[in-house]
This record gives sequence, C-alpha cells and structure tokens, in this order.
Amino acid sequence: MSIILVIAEQRRGELRPVSLELLGAAQTLRREGDEVVVAIIAQEPQRFNKLLSVAGVDEIINVVGAMEFAPDSFESVVSGIISERKPELVLVAHSVDSFGYVAALAVHHPMGFASDVFKAEYVAGKLVATRGGYGQKVCVELDFPNRKSVLLAIRANVFKAPDPSSTPRLSIFAMPAVQNRSTAREFIELSAADDVDMTSAEFILTVGRGIGEEARVPEFRKLADLVGATLGCSRPIADAGWLPKSRQVGQSGKTASACKLYLAMGVSGAIQHLAGMKHVSTIVAVNTDAEASIFSVAKYGIVGDLFEIAEELRRHF
Amino acid sequence: MKILVAVKQVAALDEDFKIRADGRDIDADYLIRDLNEWDDFSLEEAMRIKEAANTPGDIEVVAVSVGPASVDESLRKCLAKGADRALRVWDDAIEYSDPIAIARVLAAVTMREAPDMLFAGVQSSDHSFASTGIATAAFLNWPHAAVVNMLNYTPGAKTAVLRRELEGGLLQELELQCPAVLTIQLGINTPRYASLRSIKQAAAKPIEMLSLADLHLVANDVGESGSSSRVRRMYLPEKGRAQLIEGDVATKARRLAEIIKEFRGQT
Ligand SMILES: Cc1cc2nc3c(=O)[nH]c(=O)nc-3n(C[C@H](O)[C@H](O)[C@H](O)COP(=O)(O)OP(=O)(O)OC[C@H]3O[C@@H](n4cnc5c(N)ncnc54)[C@H](O)[C@@H]3O)c2cc1C
Ligand SMILES: Nc1ncnc2c1ncn2[C@@H]1O[C@H](COP(=O)(O)O)[C@@H](O)[C@H]1O
Repeated sequence: MSIILVIAEQRRGELRPVSLELLGAAQTLRREGDEVVVAIIAQEPQRFNKLLSVAGVDEIINVVGAMEFAPDSFESVVSGIISERKPELVLVAHSVDSFGYVAALAVHHPMGFASDVFKAEYVAGKLVATRGGYGQKVCVELDFPNRKSVLLAIRANVFKAPDPSSTPRLSIFAMPAVQNRSTAREFIELSAADDVDMTSAEFILTVGRGIGEEARVPEFRKLADLVGATLGCSRPIADAGWLPKSRQVGQSGKTASACKLYLAMGVSGAIQHLAGMKHVSTIVAVNTDAEASIFSVAKYGIVGDLFEIAEELRRHF
Repeated sequence: MKILVAVKQVAALDEDFKIRADGRDIDADYLIRDLNEWDDFSLEEAMRIKEAANTPGDIEVVAVSVGPASVDESLRKCLAKGADRALRVWDDAIEYSDPIAIARVLAAVTMREAPDMLFAGVQSSDHSFASTGIATAAFLNWPHAAVVNMLNYTPGAKTAVLRRELEGGLLQELELQCPAVLTIQLGINTPRYASLRSIKQAAAKPIEMLSLADLHLVANDVGESGSSSRVRRMYLPEKGRAQLIEGDVATKARRLAEIIKEFRGQT
C-alpha cells in the first residue's frame, strides 16, 4: 500500500477550487491498494472536512495553524507530514501560495519534483509527468529516475473534481513549532479602482502585446465600441499602464465569467491568461504566429496581422 | 552592500523548428535567445534600490547567470542597464540540470558573494518552472517570498516590507526578515532601456567566470545526477481545436464580422 498525499488550499476561509481538482488528479493516479490522504491547514480546518469528503478520499488530516499562508509554517507542516507518512506521491497546486514553498520541499526531501504538471500517469510502473515547454509550444515528459517518491505541482483547471460522497477517517497533525521569518500584515483588494466590470461583460475584445505600442490603444477602444464589445487586455498592456489593471483578464486579473464571445488580438495564450478566459464558449483568436497556444483554446482562428484585420473589420460596422 | 540578481537566458522557438534526434529537446539551431522578461524587472528593482540610497556608490548590483557562453549576451544587457558586475557559472556537467540543480549552483554563488538580498524572477518565460528562486532560498536556508509586486527595502535593513500578488487581483502585504530571496513579478516597476552609450561601454566590461570548483561543487551536484527530474521526451501537442478562417484579409474580416453579428443577433 502506498499513500497519495494531497495538500488542499484555502484562502480567507474559502476552499480554493484547485483543492478538489487535486483530489481528482489523485483519483486518476490511484492504483490498487493506494490510499488518498488530504491535509488542510487552517485556523479551523475541521470546517473544510465536509467539502473535502469527496469520492476516493480515505483520510483527512486537520492541521490547526495560522489563518493564512506563511511559507515557513507551511513548509514545516507539509515536510512533517511527508516524514511521518512517507507518501509515494505528493500533489500540491501550482498556485501562488505553492510558488512560495513547494520548491523548498523538493530541496529538503529526496523526492522527484515537477511543477505546472497537466498530465501524469504510470508507464511500465514508473510515474511520468507532462508539462509545457518553450512558451507551451511543446509538451515535455519527465520521469524521476532513482526516486522512491515524487512531488507534483498540478496546474489548475485541468483535472475534474470528484463527486462528493465519501466518509473518510479524520486525524489531526500537530503544528510544529516554527519561527516564521515573515509576518503577514493585511490583504489589499485592487478592485476598488475598477472603471469597468469585466466579469459581467458578455462580449470582450482583448488586446495583447501584439498591438506593439501605446499609440495604438485608442483605435482599439474605438473598435470595441463600434462592434459592441468591452475592451480587455493581457497583462503586459496593464503593467505598462496602457489600460487600467481592472481590464486585465487572467489569473491575477479578472475572470471573463459572463463572457460568451471573446476576441483575442495579439495574445499568445500564456497559461495565466487562459485561466481567465478559456471557458468562454466562442473564442476567436487573431495572431500572426500560427503556433501560438491561444489557438489551442480558440473555436475560430485567424492567422494574420491584427491591424489589417481590425482595419477591414471596421468596414462592416 | 550588495544585491545579487539571478538572471536566466531563455529560449523561444523559431518559426520552423526541429526536435533533436534523441527526442529530448529542440535542436538548438532553432532557438532564439533573450533575457527572461521577469529578470528585466528584478534587475530594475535592484537598480532603483541602489539609486534611491543615500550613498549609491556603496551598493553593488551583481547579475549572475548559470549557462554557456551564449549567455554573455544577456549579462551584457544587464551591465548596459547599470549592473556593476556580471558573473557567469558554467561547466559542461551543468547541462541537463533541472531547477533544483540550478538552485544548488545559485546558492553556492550566493554564499560566495554574501549579498544582502537575492532577487530572482517569478518564473522563466520558456519553461515556467516558477521554482528556482525558492529552491535557492531553501539551499541557503534564507527567508523568502514569492511573486513580489511591491517592495520597500533599504540595503542593510533587517526587514523589508513587500506585497505578494495572489490570484484574482488580491495582494498580501508582509514584513520579511533579511537577507532574503525574493521572486519578483512583472509590473513591479517599469524597466529602463539601455542607452546606446551604455551598451557600447558594457561590451568592454569583463564577465567573471566561475567553475564548479570555485563554488566547492562537484559534477554530481549538477546535471541529471543533481536533478529531481529528467526530460524523457519532448513532442508537439495535438493541434488545437481552432477552426482556421482562411482567405485574404477581407475574407477573414468578413467572416469575423459575421461571427460578431451572429452573436449580437443581427444576422
Ligand atoms: C503569477 C502570474 C500571474 C499572471 N497573471 C496574468 C494575467 O492575469 N493575465 C495575463 O494576461 N497574463 C498574466 N501573466 C503573464 C503571462 O505569463 C504572460 O506573460 C502574458 O499573458 C503575455 O501577454 P501577451 O500574450 O499579450 O504577450 P506575448 O506573450 O508577448 O504575446 C504577444 C502575441 O502577439 C502576437 N503578435 C505580435 N504582433 C502581432 C500582429 N501584428 N498581429 C497579430 N498578432 C501579433 C505574437 O505572435 C504573440 O503571440 C501572469 C504571470 C504570472 C507568473
Ligand atoms: N540558469 C539560470 N541562471 C540564473 N538564474 C536562473 C537560471 N534559471 C533560473 N534562474 C532564476 O530563476 C527565475 C525563475 O526561473 P524558473 O524557476 O526556471 O522558472 C529566473 O527568473 C531567474 O531569476
């Protein structure tokens, strides 16, 4: 029997959806006789037990800890659980909190390690993990020679959450005494300064770095108005201050929740951008690079220059 | 006082590219190399901290990269933007290193340089591991914070105040003990361009070379034996589901207009 250890994530008292996706990944990787054990670290971890009682979960470990993520305490808790339970496989989210401590686990334990994994399977008894390379243009298969256990940071929005139905065992892991070298002060929400609500827009025209220069922004504002779309952008456009941050779509920006038609112009389709829009039912991408990964989520693709397309498009409205 | 900035030369695929005969990487002839976008921001942050200090002359900004000779071009870019020194570590044994093995090398450089702060990028634009900076902190046993998009730090200070950028536009402010390792996020500042004059001057500046022995490391610490994973094969993803709209520009735009009008119920 071997253990698959899953580390669930919560933020400000809410279970992050990726936690259940990790349990879905555990389901697909579980072999005869394996046990799936999920750990949750929170001020009142038992509050999450019901949500975590999904198909295939054998045990929930509650760790009573700080309210919010702190790299030192998370590392020492997860490290402690790994030492005690000796899991063959550890699944964590490839999330901002994980960025803060997971690679350190891989340094301190003799485990195999891969981040941003979107596929994993056993091939001839050995674990093989797949991630993207060269801006997601190729798939990279990794294996872990000479490692008895493996730590995988799993990409969000890939695995399906299992059905809620199990009655797992409950246990408690005592928070080790840790000297946190960081002190959390406060959360700050950026949304106060929003000039538009991207989450309620049904038709979004997004411009990416392909527009090249700030001077080109106004013509796309006009184009969006003309075709009846809300103007959105990818991160570099907001970072450069060409459009307000509230128009940024993606992991650290807004999710195009209500969107039904998404027109992406000059956006490469980085995974963090896709996080905010890949669910949209009709995505149209315009990009000069036929290999751009945005085409892998688009329903319609136009390989071509966005300025030329925009120029012609205007004539129809 | 010193800020060490770890910079990576990343590779993007050329329009046509070939997978290498052994199937484990892209043929190097088809790679276009550049400084990792994130590292532009972390170098800029270090420069700003230096320039804001009372005596900027007392603060050294040092760029370090682990990689073969081609990496000098990226290090020269850092020198042109104002880095005081540039270091490059290489040994053929380092080839095939994963982020953990690279971090072991960067930690050894950090021990040797003894900076007050180490900056890395959140991730690299080619392989997006988002692991090297924090793994380096683990080897050093230094405090660390990932995805920093605001930093308030005076060189030599015992703590820094910073903001981590979380998902969905949420920020978390925290105070961190120093020396520390920070992974710097896009947008924390606006990186400068190097002037023609400084590019010329940088061309003449030396790049210090370090070997594994200089860092008290052996071949087994790096490469496949020092790594936590190994590339088994690379392959092209199945073609996406996009239905390509073909034709000349006018035809393509007409079809796009139809899609928009269908959506708006105007057909
Ligand atoms: C923690 C974290 C959070 C992040 N959050 C977000 C987020 O919320 N949102 C986000 O967008 N990014 C986010 N990013 C950044 C992300 O990784 C990418 O850097 C970013 O999405 C790239 O934006 P882009 O596609 O506009 O630019 P690029 O990747 O530079 O792509 C530009 C594209 O334009 C095309 N192009 C160029 N010229 C033309 C032309 N004339 N006509 C047509 N096409 C053209 C090019 O072929 C290319 O595909 C985040 C990163 C991290 C690490
Ligand atoms: N070969 C390298 N040399 C120097 N720094 C590196 C190297 N590889 C990664 N880094 C640092 O780690 C950051 C994140 O890269 P990664 O973890 O590889 O996605 C980069 O922005 C660099 O700061």
